[in-house]
Amino acid sequence: MVDQDQQPAIELRGLTRRFGERAALNNVTVQVPTGTTLAVLGRNGAGKSTLLRILATLLRPHGGEVSVLGERLPQRAHVVRSRVGLLGHEPLLYRDLSGRENLHYHAQLHCVAPERVERLIEAVGMGKRADDPVRALSRGMVQRLAVCRAVLHEPAVLLLDEPRANLDPAAVELIEPLIGSGNGHTRVLTSHDPGAAIEDADLVLGLRDGKAAFVRQPGEVGAQQLRELYG
Amino acid sequence: MRATFAVLAKDLRLELRTFETLPAMVLFSLSTFVIFHFALGRSAVGGQLAAGILTVTLLFAALLGAGRLFVAEREQGGFDAFLLAPVDRTSLLAAKAAAMFLFLALLEVVAVPAFGVLLLGPALGPRLPGLIAVLALADLALAVIGTLVSAIAIHTRARDMISPIIGLPLLLPALIASARAAAPVFSVHGSGAPPGKWLLILALYDVVFALIAYAVFDFLLED
Repeated sequence: MVDQDQQPAIELRGLTRRFGERAALNNVTVQVPTGTTLAVLGRNGAGKSTLLRILATLLRPHGGEVSVLGERLPQRAHVVRSRVGLLGHEPLLYRDLSGRENLHYHAQLHCVAPERVERLIEAVGMGKRADDPVRALSRGMVQRLAVCRAVLHEPAVLLLDEPRANLDPAAVELIEPLIGSGNGHTRVLTSHDPGAAIEDADLVLGLRDGKAAFVRQPGEVGAQQLRELYG
Repeated sequence: MRATFAVLAKDLRLELRTFETLPAMVLFSLSTFVIFHFALGRSAVGGQLAAGILTVTLLFAALLGAGRLFVAEREQGGFDAFLLAPVDRTSLLAAKAAAMFLFLALLEVVAVPAFGVLLLGPALGPRLPGLIAVLALADLALAVIGTLVSAIAIHTRARDMISPIIGLPLLLPALIASARAAAPVFSVHGSGAPPGKWLLILALYDVVFALIAYAVFDFLLED
């Protein structure tokens, strides 16, 4: 259950973002309390990834107000950047560098000690393949490295776009301590598996054509809402 | 500075892994010298003609290299990764310009002696200090403007065409200044020293474009 007295880690008021004439997000309002998980559901093109990219400071909102950890976006984006971690569709890793080289590069950008890179590589079970070029790794292995990249700087807010994509159950178990709900992060996650996402969430936002179809507690999202969202 | 060195080291490592940029620039330059050698029907050139051939060849080779500067960032998510980091965005400009400058310097280590063998009449040895001064300032202009143009072009569909279309007019004053500065260096009867006036113009052009690039680069990275 969401504690309504908690200071929201993420606050959207009438968020709008357009691509040309098309509104990818249209007047979306939601609050995500600190330490909780917001699951964002919707069909392809509903605006889920756009929402994550705005929260990650990669896109500017075109209307409404957005604040992350009390900082307004885009004005305070430079402050927010060090406190959010994005795990998106793309791993954001160079294919011709090894996993270790990629992570050390990101560690330098984020002022993170090299030891943390080594700890994370071991934590996701990539110790033996960390020196292989990323292009030689399976999708699941690349996803594990992408998780390491996203949590490298110990962000307070995790933005997870299909975080378990390409992962087998054993790999899911390995990354769970890093991006799971039990470690105090505020999380925004999208998934094409609504059941799993709802189970993992404290709050559910349903997006339809860029508009908020509903914002509900997980227990209040039933088959009818999901049919309307995906139908 | 930390971010600049991180991006520069990453770019140099990527180039060592893939050899996508520098070998192409070197091969292009050598091929161009061979073409000039046969097209002009002369075994030796000097003065303004030699300076023109060298500077034009280096200009086109630089545009070739600049076209590759941001490809990995665009295709492999490097832009997003960099923009997610809490670093000054102009450190990307500084790193890319530094990488471009290094590529040009390495290119010239091969291309200038080849130019001396294939085309140049006067001996190169005693003229090297003057030539290095001209090339260092010309390389700075090529690196800064090449990086700026490449950052603009990478976001367009026709990026292979955009780079030369924008880059050539911007680089024209630098080309003129470097060719004029190099002409006495290659002259058989001249002093061998580049004229201070053209070196100063080249240096001023470098400073002006470095400031312009610093001022506008942030906006080029905006969505």
